[in-house]
Amino acid sequence: MAQATGRRYIGAAIKRKEDPRFITGRGTYVDDLTLPGMVYAAMVRSPYPHARIKSINADRAKAMPGVLAVYTGRDIQINPLPLAWPLPGQKGSPRLPLARDKVVHAGEIVAVVVAEDRYLAEDAAEQVEVEYEELPAVADVRKAIEPGAPTVHDDAPGNVAFEWSLGDQAATDEAFQRAERVVRLELVNQRLVPNAIEPRAALAHYDPGRDEYTLWVTSQNPHVERLLISAFIMGIPEHKLRVVAPDVGGGFGSKIPTYGEECILLWASRQLGRPVKWTAKRSESFLSDAHGRDHYTEAELALDGQGHALALRVKTLANMGAYINFFNTAVPTFLYAPLLSGQYRIPAIYCHVTGVFTNTVPTDALRGAGRPEACYVVERLMDVAARDLGLDPAEIRRRNFIPPDAFPYQTPVAVVYDSGNYQGALEKALAAVDYQRLRREQEELRRQGRYIGIGICCYIEACGAAPSKLIGQLGAQAGLWESALVRVHPTGRVTVFTGSHSHGQGHETTFAQIVAEELGVSLDDVEVVHGDTEAVPMGMGTYGSRSLAVGGSAIVVALNKIKDKARRIAAHLLEAAPEDIEFQDGRFSVRGVPDRAVEWGMVALQAYLAHNLPEGMEPGLEASGFYDPVNFTFPFGTHVSVVEVDPDTGQVKILRYVAVDDAGNVINPLVFDGQIHGGIAHGIGQALLEWGQFDEDGRPITASFLEYALPRASHLPSFETQVQVTPCPHNPLGVKGVGEAGTIAATPCIVNAVMDALAPLGIRHLDMPLTPPRVWRAIQEARARQG
Amino acid sequence: MAPHKMGAPLNLPASALVTHSPAGGVGSQARENGHGGRSGMAEKVPITVTVNGVQHRHEVEPRLLLVHYLREVLHLTGTHVGCDTSQCGACTVLLDGQAVKSCTLLAVQADGCQVTTIEGLGGDGQLHPLQEAFWEKHGLQCGFCTPGMIMAAYDLLSRRPNPSEEEVRHALEGNYCRCTGYHNIVQAVLYAAEKMRGSR
Repeated sequence: MAQATGRRYIGAAIKRKEDPRFITGRGTYVDDLTLPGMVYAAMVRSPYPHARIKSINADRAKAMPGVLAVYTGRDIQINPLPLAWPLPGQKGSPRLPLARDKVVHAGEIVAVVVAEDRYLAEDAAEQVEVEYEELPAVADVRKAIEPGAPTVHDDAPGNVAFEWSLGDQAATDEAFQRAERVVRLELVNQRLVPNAIEPRAALAHYDPGRDEYTLWVTSQNPHVERLLISAFIMGIPEHKLRVVAPDVGGGFGSKIPTYGEECILLWASRQLGRPVKWTAKRSESFLSDAHGRDHYTEAELALDGQGHALALRVKTLANMGAYINFFNTAVPTFLYAPLLSGQYRIPAIYCHVTGVFTNTVPTDALRGAGRPEACYVVERLMDVAARDLGLDPAEIRRRNFIPPDAFPYQTPVAVVYDSGNYQGALEKALAAVDYQRLRREQEELRRQGRYIGIGICCYIEACGAAPSKLIGQLGAQAGLWESALVRVHPTGRVTVFTGSHSHGQGHETTFAQIVAEELGVSLDDVEVVHGDTEAVPMGMGTYGSRSLAVGGSAIVVALNKIKDKARRIAAHLLEAAPEDIEFQDGRFSVRGVPDRAVEWGMVALQAYLAHNLPEGMEPGLEASGFYDPVNFTFPFGTHVSVVEVDPDTGQVKILRYVAVDDAGNVINPLVFDGQIHGGIAHGIGQALLEWGQFDEDGRPITASFLEYALPRASHLPSFETQVQVTPCPHNPLGVKGVGEAGTIAATPCIVNAVMDALAPLGIRHLDMPLTPPRVWRAIQEARARQG
Repeated sequence: MAPHKMGAPLNLPASALVTHSPAGGVGSQARENGHGGRSGMAEKVPITVTVNGVQHRHEVEPRLLLVHYLREVLHLTGTHVGCDTSQCGACTVLLDGQAVKSCTLLAVQADGCQVTTIEGLGGDGQLHPLQEAFWEKHGLQCGFCTPGMIMAAYDLLSRRPNPSEEEVRHALEGNYCRCTGYHNIVQAVLYAAEKMRGSR
């Protein structure tokens, strides 16, 4: 595409087209929908993390006025939920929409009640009597693999779901043997609960007249949902199931999987001939949304005497929760280990991952999905290595960066980085905080007894997972292309049907900017449609920061076809050769004869009038495009934070947060910054606040916002953001993706800052979240040690 | 009964609701279904509530939450439900001019009160300065928390027309946003405050 200069729309900070409906309360989320005759479902969930279901007696519930039906796992005969990315040799029982004989985590559905209103459904759910035989349970990955631990699935002895490794073990071991310095860390990357503010919801409607189903559902990928439900779970013909994901209130990965609830609703709607709605209560979200992270890792970095990395060895126990679920095999493997090279030349890397079953809610993709875990390992090791070697944390990174002239760069962990300027981003971030002065001030304040810390994180991520052929070779059960259909109407106005799905990302604006720029029409003349399998021909959905790089590129593919046809029509109307036609600002003209011109709208009209088209040309002006990326994109950047720790309370206060992000070209700076801000907040949440906890026996401790701390406005500072642009060399927009960058960067950035603050006390590492009690206790212990 | 202010959880004894319920109602239903107060068929209570300037009369179950009254009886779905413990603030509305969490109030507690929801802000096809500011400053992404956030900010600006950034962050403590990191929300509230002061 053309350069950014002289553009009207691409690169402009344009207010979002979708906002008017949201700021006036006229959005349409699933729970906002009402259909005639609609009834409500309530789920009966196991309170036990591990138990045999001995009997279910629903007589009392069924007898209540207004109750239509109670179904158990014995009534609802539908298939288990399919896996998106099975690994060779993986073990574990399949996950049923409703448990039949045994539950393996608290919150598993054992029965469903359908009633005339949601209060009645909840009342009746309380009256369903389930007799359980409680079994011993385990929640912690280290305990789950100990001999004699309770077994979650009989066919997975020792609770091992899979063993997986990447990298050259022999070369890595050899490098460790000759290393002058070795830095070791044990890291707990704690479990997070996604907590999109809109709880999951579904409304299923079976139309017996047409023998058709419609499912409105909080999904990030409605076409994938339709395929899985129709072909694998319920045996509904794919063309007889319409899936609509209307306005969706945030996803963060938790709305990627197909869940049991929506399948149960479709089944119940067919049985009852009534539309059935279910909306998760927040307590249900905690027990049933796919959780994230939950790794225990032993990591070692081998270095020479000057701080150059020689090798990295990583051993991770990844908590799968109670089931192999949708994408959760890929998250701690393919989305994790390939990022362990960070921004650095590390000659040898070896990573071994053990997927472990526990009696906890299954984990899956959560904002960043594997990449934050990798970045945390690398960036914590870099900081500790700097400290051990007496180097400044910025300096050790400079010594190890992959230089700008080394791209494309083949890492030792399979992936090839597309483009980068890592030191550029670091120096820009350091300049923004006036790093040298900041260090001097820190020294001064330390002498006054204040604990100021400066944290640096140089992150890398991989977005737009691709190409489909490679992903397929690695075991994924899907291609990872995206599709778009661009329809130019006879008036020249444009509707774009995209397979991406926006649940806050702003596609209705950014995608329209691309179209308006390319076709020379106004932004108001472009409508972006997403989220409805009836309207959009095909789609893979939105996750992994892929929408712009893959979905946006698919739109460009379609636009190129449109422009080509329009140019041929214009040439015909102007009696010139197509190659002599120039197209600018919505006007086709003959090169060198600017007065011989025809407007965009006239070309569109002629395409449909078809009175005067080139010989043999089909009428109409629409085109579809499928885009399959040739490589991942690799956004990167440096974040720097300044914190102060109050030694009397353990409270961490963030004084400054500076972010320099490079995700290639920027389509809309407002949206770009917004994504970075939200990501940073999520990452800070992990560093300081959030922790999805279970007790030793798998009973959830954090099952509401009373126990689980989400970042509030008062926890966070204003963020100082800057952009660096190193375009992606392999997609037509030169973009990389920005949805997860902030999250990946912020967690190690803050932890590094707090550890820097506590360095005078000799504290080397604390596990997250760095809550006041945890920090305070560490300070007390350190002071006792220091006497 | 005084409207409940944002923040502290409401924990009313059942008797408080009985005294609030006017006599009459449809007590026979509770006896008919044999489940008494446990079921949804408890005696209904007439209420009169003015929402966005329009007076409504309904008979509602005493346990019906105000948010469900707004969403499911009046079909004003701009007010959202994001949690069940009164933490997230997505359901924030104005009750007699003060921000309240409508998931923490019963519809019967709003009897005789004026309620303003996001749909009632602005007026005459005009956006309220807070709505304009959220749009201008990209103070929303998925939009789910936005109505509650705007109503909470409205409450703040009606009490403190010229708040500091810290005051804005403090005032929004009862409202969660998972998308924006609050940065642009805070900017939007400060921007709206400036606009509203200018128009006085």
